[in-house]
Amino acid sequence: MDLPVLSGAASFGNARAAGSCGAASGALSHLPESVRARVQDHPCYSEEAHHHFARMHVAVAPACNIQCNYCNRKYDCANESRPGVASELLTPAQAVRKALAVAAAIPQMAVLGIAGPGDPLANPERTFETFRLLSEKAPDIKLCVSTNGLNLPEYVDKIARHNIGHVTITINCLDPEIGMRIYPWIFWRNRRVRGREAAAILIEQQQRGLEMLAERDILVKVNSVMIPGVNDEHLKEVSRAVKAKGAFLHNVMPLIADAGHGTYYGIVGQRGPTTAELQALQDACAGDMAMMRHCRQCRADAVGLLGEDRGAEFALDRLDAMLTDYDAAMSRRKETRTAIIRQMEAGRESKRALGVPTAETGTLPAVVVGQESACRPLVAANCRPVRMAVATTGQGLINQHFGHAREFLVYEASPAGVRFIGHRKSDLYCAGTEQCGEEDGEGRSAASTLERTIAALSGCEVLLCAKIGYEPWSRLEAAGIQPNGEHAMEVIEDAVLAVYREMALAGELDPVRQKYA
Amino acid sequence: MALSITDACINCWACADVCPNRAIHADDPVFVIEPEKCTECMAEFPEAQCAAICPVECAIVDELGAALNPPGSLCGIPAEKLRVSMEAV
Repeated sequence: MDLPVLSGAASFGNARAAGSCGAASGALSHLPESVRARVQDHPCYSEEAHHHFARMHVAVAPACNIQCNYCNRKYDCANESRPGVASELLTPAQAVRKALAVAAAIPQMAVLGIAGPGDPLANPERTFETFRLLSEKAPDIKLCVSTNGLNLPEYVDKIARHNIGHVTITINCLDPEIGMRIYPWIFWRNRRVRGREAAAILIEQQQRGLEMLAERDILVKVNSVMIPGVNDEHLKEVSRAVKAKGAFLHNVMPLIADAGHGTYYGIVGQRGPTTAELQALQDACAGDMAMMRHCRQCRADAVGLLGEDRGAEFALDRLDAMLTDYDAAMSRRKETRTAIIRQMEAGRESKRALGVPTAETGTLPAVVVGQESACRPLVAANCRPVRMAVATTGQGLINQHFGHAREFLVYEASPAGVRFIGHRKSDLYCAGTEQCGEEDGEGRSAASTLERTIAALSGCEVLLCAKIGYEPWSRLEAAGIQPNGEHAMEVIEDAVLAVYREMALAGELDPVRQKYA
Repeated sequence: MALSITDACINCWACADVCPNRAIHADDPVFVIEPEKCTECMAEFPEAQCAAICPVECAIVDELGAALNPPGSLCGIPAEKLRVSMEAV
């Protein structure tokens, strides 16, 4: 018998799957088939799709109408990948030229989002003009927008008219007392409003906007920034509330705080959560609704698959050389999309063939465990869970050289199955030290990249990659992380299962030997 | 009587969008307020709109050069901490 695979996005369609077995996967299993179809090629909404489909953000929205304590709009660093940051501001016409060039060069391009660098709905003319122009020229590209919510109620109908099927709202709190520790001011009805009053207005607008979008059948994802000691406990309540109002996905992201970014939190020394704290909160919230764990907190001008950023290839001054046949590009995208969806379906088939439980109804297998009886564990039920890191460039395969990986996906295998639990950056969001050619404040140099990567992988016992050099192999092994290149080009979940089974057979999963109690 | 914009400006467009007199335009290196059009919003609003939305301190100043958003008024970061941090960057 085989282990079920607890994979996020491949699990729509089986209502029974939700929440049972304590399966805190990225499951979207409570969603109807119609919703599944709408997110199956959206990398930011579907964990499965993010291995295959690409997105781009166009930075057409520079103005913002609120201040968040984790944001400082002053700085742009090409090495920095985080929200609110963009290198090159575009007019709507430039943005559409860029989008068409990207969509011609990257046929996996499925989504165009506007996420800043300010707030898109504080720049309504530039935002909606961009959407209008693009949908004329590339109607196959899905449109989405990400907002702080302050102006959302005013623009909900316009969002619906522009055929924007997906909206992300950043909601960090429901309680103004907490909000006033996150938002120092908002611009509201021609004045700068501060303190508790500002937070109360923002919260009310966000909640009203969420309700209005849900009424119009527009998919809403909620982003929350986890700020330890400020809103971390409170986010469980936020998760319950936004689900009740119709949000279909909750994405809890870690605070990025560094004094060098010049943000309030960075400068006053507010820390971000540890990986363990983040995962514990995501697990706690997952009891209430679908959690998203593959978010990469990308820049307002990011281009490509999640986790990669090819924005620099498509800088404005390079676009002229790229002008191409847009109709041909659109049909290439259509072929690519069909092929990818076929490949994703084949992947689910192979999981079914492996004995993974499938949905009794519907066309898709419910790869999330539905009930105790469906768990069918291969290994003894008291085997301890094991976390494994994976180097991948996408397509759901183990296909990247260890040394080339800038991030690793982390999966957890347990008697209940395999689930994706997050990603770890190998050199954090700022690759600074190597590329800037200088040491950082703590005197770390490029030579210590491997050490930092090993530290980032703490808690993982296995590292699956396509290839790995001798030196990192021994260093990883010494750190208690077993490198494994035997599953190159295999489907990630299958390989994780296989390795877990091997460990069980070798007696390595005895609960008394648990390494991370 | 007019406000003006200093080098602290980050070119984010927020002020230009909310100016009731369309007195602000993008320029190099930073946005510019056309003095003949600026009314400091005296007749229109209780607060000068550009200064009410501007996200950076000291970017909007009056004719005497006084910042409408002086240091510490927007970010809430204690001046001493900000200075130490900026020196480190």
